[in-house]
Amino acid sequence: MAATYTVTTRTPASSMAMISALVIVAILFAAPYFASRGLIQDLFFILTMLTLAQFWNLLAGYGGLVSVGQQAFVGLGAYALYGMVILMGLDPIISILFAGIAALVLAVPTAFFAFRLQGAYFAIGTWVIAEVARLSVAQWQAVGGGTGTSLPRSALREMMLVGWIESAFDVRASAARDILTYWLALVLAVATIAGIYWLLRSKPGLALAAVRDNTEAARSVGVDAGRMKWFVFLTSACGTGLAGGLIYLQKARISPDAAFSVTDWTAYVIFIVVIGGIGTIEGPILGVLIFFLLQSVLADYGSWYLMVLGLIGISVMLFAPRGLWGLISERTGIQLFPVRRRLSGGTIKKREG
Amino acid sequence: MIWVDTILQGVLLGGLYALFAAGLSLVFGIMRLVNLAHGDLIVFGAYLILIVVSVLGLHPFLAAFIAAPVMFVFGWVLQKAVLNRTLGDDILPPLLVTFGLSIVIQNGLLEAFSADSQRISMGPLETASVSIGPISAGVLPLLTFGSAVLVIVALNRLFYRTAIGRAFRATSDDPTTASLMGIRPDRVFATATAIAMLVVTIAALYLGTRANFDPNVGPARLIYAFEAVIIGGLGSLWGTLAGGIIIGVAQTVGAAINPEWQILAGHVAFLVVLLVRPRGLFPRGN
Repeated sequence: MAATYTVTTRTPASSMAMISALVIVAILFAAPYFASRGLIQDLFFILTMLTLAQFWNLLAGYGGLVSVGQQAFVGLGAYALYGMVILMGLDPIISILFAGIAALVLAVPTAFFAFRLQGAYFAIGTWVIAEVARLSVAQWQAVGGGTGTSLPRSALREMMLVGWIESAFDVRASAARDILTYWLALVLAVATIAGIYWLLRSKPGLALAAVRDNTEAARSVGVDAGRMKWFVFLTSACGTGLAGGLIYLQKARISPDAAFSVTDWTAYVIFIVVIGGIGTIEGPILGVLIFFLLQSVLADYGSWYLMVLGLIGISVMLFAPRGLWGLISERTGIQLFPVRRRLSGGTIKKREG
Repeated sequence: MIWVDTILQGVLLGGLYALFAAGLSLVFGIMRLVNLAHGDLIVFGAYLILIVVSVLGLHPFLAAFIAAPVMFVFGWVLQKAVLNRTLGDDILPPLLVTFGLSIVIQNGLLEAFSADSQRISMGPLETASVSIGPISAGVLPLLTFGSAVLVIVALNRLFYRTAIGRAFRATSDDPTTASLMGIRPDRVFATATAIAMLVVTIAALYLGTRANFDPNVGPARLIYAFEAVIIGGLGSLWGTLAGGIIIGVAQTVGAAINPEWQILAGHVAFLVVLLVRPRGLFPRGN
């Protein structure tokens, strides 16, 4: 009986999703040709928040590491970029790479300390380290100390590719910078989602899911849980740092309180993931769209907006802990980014499990 | 001599941090719930006392007696209606729900009282001090420290000498077996949070009278409280006092060297203890 089995993760819905994703990315890439500057800035915001959300989701949803200190990596990444541009005279675009490297370097001691703490105390540990990073950076007078600083005009003017975009799109330098940072944000978001999807479908991803579901059981089949946690933490920190650098390159102005803000870079991100659906790739995508809509509608109400966001987050966690995407996929069975392996072919008839 | 004075100030400040931490430690000890809204609940309590003081014109100490039952009931309902639903093996729901609660309380207070900083006036008590030889200490910091010691003694007595304390310990060890003995864990948890809110009220009284506060100061108090709990070793209330003192002394010594280093020095002390004694100074065997 020579049965041939194949293991697949693809579903009809996911094939459709892949094609639509390619179309959407193509449209987004072409957006500067037809979209207004305001829309480009909104899309930039959505894409960078999506990147941050995907990395937090990788940490908390897949790695089981609930961090409340991701602002440490946003802030440090951003300050590394400013440091490279202001002190070393490097091109801002090249400096983005140093934002990722700086975050990665900070992540090593952070993990060393925070991994000594379990569960909820891990969350506080990361927060303390973010505070230490904020207070230390505020002492760094070369980049403006506690009051912050701006990127020098000369560096912004001579930034690579900006001149080309200026003449190609016939726009002013500031609009050209927005287009450039938008494209970079798009590349980063797509690379993040593709990378995480690839990771989850690979062997380490399987190990990661096993550690998340049951650490002891995963260990007993030879998964090195400690190494997986380090890997996830460092990856997330690096990606978060890159996003941080990019965000503050677009803003062109930085201060320690803004760059290390727990509300902007951690609270919002947590709500995006929780409302959308934690532990899925689709969740943060849905979450960031809902977050953006809520912000557009309620932003004028200041603190009421944050209260509503908090209440929605609490209700979702209490009544639909898998988030909105969890509800949708439970009802319909649709998975746009399936990671579950299914056996088909051979003598096994097609059966959904 | 100035150093003796600085360290004394730090020790007394540690009493305040121990008060911030005691409620947190109590709740964690019984139901393994880490309440990220703890700092904001203290600030909420301070505003409650402020309202009573300004509306009824009472002395802050009397106002705290009126605020305390309100906070007690609030804590009971909060635990019964919301937080009990989040308890379980998964650490995400309690963390994220209390994080959401923290954002809601902060912004609710911001909406109700604006971002202006407030202070509960104690009258002449604010500046009163006692001197022993060359060293002098403020009466209010001494009262704070004394209250912290009293709260810890009271909580320890409650834990080890009373029926409700027995129920706390039993539920903490094994809720299922405890419920077989006729204990209702959900009520025990609600009572524990309600008692924690009494401690929060005392912490709020000193938070509000010793310095200015505004709706956004909660998270920083939460961090000091956590540091005190972790330095002391989870589950040890006297350890929490020791942890508070370490943070307090580190902060005042840091501030004496350079005013900008005050907060940073406290955090660094915490990280050093974590490096040397990952389980805290007085870990309870488990």
